[in-house]
Amino acid sequence: MSSRSKAIASISAVVVAAAAALAAPAAASTDTTEPAGDGEPAEELAGGEDVTLSLLVDNTETTVLLTEGLTSAFSELHPNVSFDVEQRPGGADGDNIVKTRLATDEMTDVFIYNSGSLLQALNPQETLVDLAGEPFLGNVVDEFIPTVSQGDGVYGVPFGTGIGGGVLYNRETFDEHGLSVPTTWEEFAANNETLLDAGVTPVGASFGTTWTSQLFVLADYYNVAEEVPEFAEAYTANEAHYADTPAALRSFERLQDAYDSGWWNEDYGSATYEDALQMLIDGDIAQYPMLTFALSEINALDAEAAQSIGFFAQPGEDAESNGMTLWMPAGAYIAATTEHEDVAKAFLAFIASVEGTEVQTAAAAPGGPYMIEGATLPDDVLPAVQDVQSYIDAGNFGPALEFLSPLKGPNLEQITVEVGSGLRSAEDAAALYDEDVEKQAQQLGLPGW
Amino acid sequence: MTRAIRHDDPEWTGPVPAVAPVSRGARASMARRSGRGRSPYPHWFYLPVGLVFVAIFVVPTGMAFFYSLTRWTLFDWEFIGLANFRQFFREPALVKGLRNTLVFAVVTSGSKVVLGMALAMLVTSRIKLKGTIRSIVFFPVLVSTVAVGITFKVMMHPTKGLINTTIDAIGLAGPKWLTDPQIALLSVAFVDIWKGVGLATVIFIAGIVSIPSELPESVSVDGGGAWARFRHVILPLSKPATFTVILLSFIGGLRTFDLIWTMTGGGPGFTTDVLASTIYKNYQAGFYGLSTAGNVVLFIVVTLLVFPLNWYLRRRELAT
Repeated sequence: MSSRSKAIASISAVVVAAAAALAAPAAASTDTTEPAGDGEPAEELAGGEDVTLSLLVDNTETTVLLTEGLTSAFSELHPNVSFDVEQRPGGADGDNIVKTRLATDEMTDVFIYNSGSLLQALNPQETLVDLAGEPFLGNVVDEFIPTVSQGDGVYGVPFGTGIGGGVLYNRETFDEHGLSVPTTWEEFAANNETLLDAGVTPVGASFGTTWTSQLFVLADYYNVAEEVPEFAEAYTANEAHYADTPAALRSFERLQDAYDSGWWNEDYGSATYEDALQMLIDGDIAQYPMLTFALSEINALDAEAAQSIGFFAQPGEDAESNGMTLWMPAGAYIAATTEHEDVAKAFLAFIASVEGTEVQTAAAAPGGPYMIEGATLPDDVLPAVQDVQSYIDAGNFGPALEFLSPLKGPNLEQITVEVGSGLRSAEDAAALYDEDVEKQAQQLGLPGW
Repeated sequence: MTRAIRHDDPEWTGPVPAVAPVSRGARASMARRSGRGRSPYPHWFYLPVGLVFVAIFVVPTGMAFFYSLTRWTLFDWEFIGLANFRQFFREPALVKGLRNTLVFAVVTSGSKVVLGMALAMLVTSRIKLKGTIRSIVFFPVLVSTVAVGITFKVMMHPTKGLINTTIDAIGLAGPKWLTDPQIALLSVAFVDIWKGVGLATVIFIAGIVSIPSELPESVSVDGGGAWARFRHVILPLSKPATFTVILLSFIGGLRTFDLIWTMTGGGPGFTTDVLASTIYKNYQAGFYGLSTAGNVVLFIVVTLLVFPLNWYLRRRELAT
């Protein structure tokens, strides 16, 4: 509870700071050209010797664009630093690669990886360079810090933007059928019935890319926390579970409801994430439960169509408590095995600077707010990002469960595919997921399990 | 070949496998050479290969048995006794995985025997394009399994795949090959058969070709037709080949992974999970001790199934 209100407070602070920066944009950004951290003149990194920094990033379009933008901007500032970028798959395959490479001392100097619960499983205290006390951490929004910390150590800086979790929708389709943004699940269902009657597929599902099946469950967490504010703590302490907490069980029921009501596209089982984005752009599906980082990819696919995509938070029981589940950005981390720690730190300082965020904005359409103090979004951000921002401005948002608890069961995506395909009931799925979480808790050695 | 048999064993009557006399002779001469007497080569000749065997087989196997008893993060481990095994057997996907593993192994190895035999009969008979057909049948064996899996995944796409667009073109609706839980496993099994039948065929060809041509001829002389030739000569005489195919494809089916992983990833949900994919997912999740315990279980399951099968087939082979 307290951490959520803190989140709201500090992100409102960003918004205020952002407004201030807007008032004096040029001054605010030129001041921070110098990467904070090592005090040396920028060109003198590594004593002017040629350094190649190796980098491991995931292969989503957004990450690739951001990486290209950031590395070339950094090399321009420091001509003696070049980059060797490797890509890896996302999802469980990617987790596997990152863990194995860390464990075998084969990790690149810097790598991009999730913050929150997934980071906890990397054993950061032994495998990553502790950044606690580095001046550039001062630029990072306080709320982000716990998601890249373990014990007293802080291990990463935010890479990319905060991300809204909810439903992307085609505004043209909504206008055409006279629909308005739903604030309760009932309204959502009524919209979908209207669309079904009109012969439009209401909701897209893309279980060919299994992780996308989790959205209805994970993006519902704001609603869970509204009803059971202490859920995250109790869940981490083995005192509350999905199966025995009605508000949490409801997250699985949403998914079952969607399948039972026939909202999915016909090829839900084999459609991929990319297919679903294209369907949304083409108006073949009216809505797609997704994280807003997809907006950069939609923008890259079809910049014009991206202007007609909107976003709303996953509707819950009560319109009064409607709000958005927020994902923290991924982190940029330095492997403990690096031979270029100072250069790597300077690169992280650059990522965590206002100037770094401007480079990121130029490289890929931002999908939400930056977690950097003083960073601003341009006025011409995509409409869906403005939708995200409006939840933040109103204070109606809270972090996803994976940023409040180190526990996330690895089989959730298979379980949600089963629920979303009508192969398993919501109750059964919640109980099964609780068992999955238990394994994770034991592996992490958490007390109470 | 035929002369050697007659010369070697003029009393030959029963349907002893045609290769047996040769190997028997070879075995006998080897026994004579090494016999009770000392080998002409010193034992330390074993050393290089022994070291390799110990380093890459014995040591890792021993370590696997040890780590299966720990909670292991790759960075450190904690001894937890048999808890991993208890956990693994409670794994929801496990029961289904075991069932799927057996179904997959039985379906694929059974089909490979039947189809392999039929194809071998076809390409050993007097037909045109024998060589071409042999090449076509054997070709899939040479292609990487992962490439095959990805190709078939694309072809089996329910709306855009080549298979269903073809079925559509003739006015029928094709099933959702890989996303319908009822048939997903069988779709993968079909691809496995397509890929593996070439090897089975080659083994059968070797078996059939080594049958002395007098035997089927004598059946013809006695007035037997093609079926009698097959039923009473070729089938019994290719028993060693049949057993080899059964054993190889059954073991292959039990530990199948790459094809299932590339085609369905164990999905939809857990419906096509087999033992190996359950183990791999635990490994991906970072449950290294648990997945090692799963590997120990797989080791034991394969051993428990294959040893008796091997023993039984051997006995049958000797009995004939």
